[in-house]
Amino acid sequence: MSDQSSVAVSDPSDVEITFTLKGLLAGARRVLPIALSVCAYGFTFGVLARQTGLSVLEVFLMSSLVYAGSSQLIVLSLWTMPLPIGMIVLTTLIVNLRNILLGASLSPWFLRLPAAKAYSTFFLLADENWALTMSDFEQGGRDGAFLLGCGLVLFVAWVGSTVLGCTLGAVIRDPAQWGLDFAFTAVFLALLVSLWRGKADMFPWLVAAVVAVVCAHFLPGKWYILLGGLAGSIAGSSISIIKGAHHAK
Amino acid sequence: MQSSPQALLTILGMALVTYLTRAGGLWLMGHIPLSSRLKEWLEYLPGTILVAIIAPTIFSTGWPETSAALATLLVAVRTRNVLLSMIVGVLVVFVLRWCSSGL
Repeated sequence: MSDQSSVAVSDPSDVEITFTLKGLLAGARRVLPIALSVCAYGFTFGVLARQTGLSVLEVFLMSSLVYAGSSQLIVLSLWTMPLPIGMIVLTTLIVNLRNILLGASLSPWFLRLPAAKAYSTFFLLADENWALTMSDFEQGGRDGAFLLGCGLVLFVAWVGSTVLGCTLGAVIRDPAQWGLDFAFTAVFLALLVSLWRGKADMFPWLVAAVVAVVCAHFLPGKWYILLGGLAGSIAGSSISIIKGAHHAK
Repeated sequence: MQSSPQALLTILGMALVTYLTRAGGLWLMGHIPLSSRLKEWLEYLPGTILVAIIAPTIFSTGWPETSAALATLLVAVRTRNVLLSMIVGVLVVFVLRWCSSGL
């Protein structure tokens, strides 16, 4: 791959964004602890997929082409013969709609990269590498390859562990018993600390939490992420705009 | 190692719509003029999505998860070390789940 390429930015106040091998390696290193947790999740998926009747080849293809844990897991409950193809594809779309928000939040940086690099890197966009990249950028990082580095490690971890789970079957018991499922939450919580910008975040975060908890209770799948994130961010930006209008008067 | 054409078609369909959601946010933001209002919203997005991802696990799973989240938060605020926070969180949830199932 080509490194050391960067894009000149028209706006001089903007810092230029790079796409280097160094950034890729930094991302790969940073994501390692999370990759462990992804492996535990992937293994579980593999075991369940085997019980559902998917072949090793199908698990390999699904994990590497779709590469989206939550939607793959939910789809297993719809995997009956004859396959309801339309319903499965629609469910996948709905479960993964939140990716649009993740992509939008990274767009201020990635739109300044060459389109081929940005759009190919985004094939690997997931909750985990999005969160790490976002927090790296908030702390001054400006290397788009960071997302790619995180993504590649997660990809290998996900595809490898799901195939392994499907092959080995039920040798290892539920990873939740070891608390490994909580690793995601713990890492995200730690990242959240670095995203805290001050009191202005209090209200939007509270709105996001309340809406997410309520939606998770009443709606299936991962709707709570999309709805909580939207409600919180709209609440936050509305308040800022109202306050701004007051100041203008 | 085998697969039916229907299964392959389903997987390809899933892959296509999933990639569309990944590319969609970037594409949309490239085709919508970035107003100050939109910029404001984008700035709030990362934190609120992250809160939404973890809130149900923390607040409505059980007391071991809520306590472990508190421990993780304390370590994260004190040390700013993501790996250490993760290890503490997993250990605490493991021990507390064990306690709660034994009670």
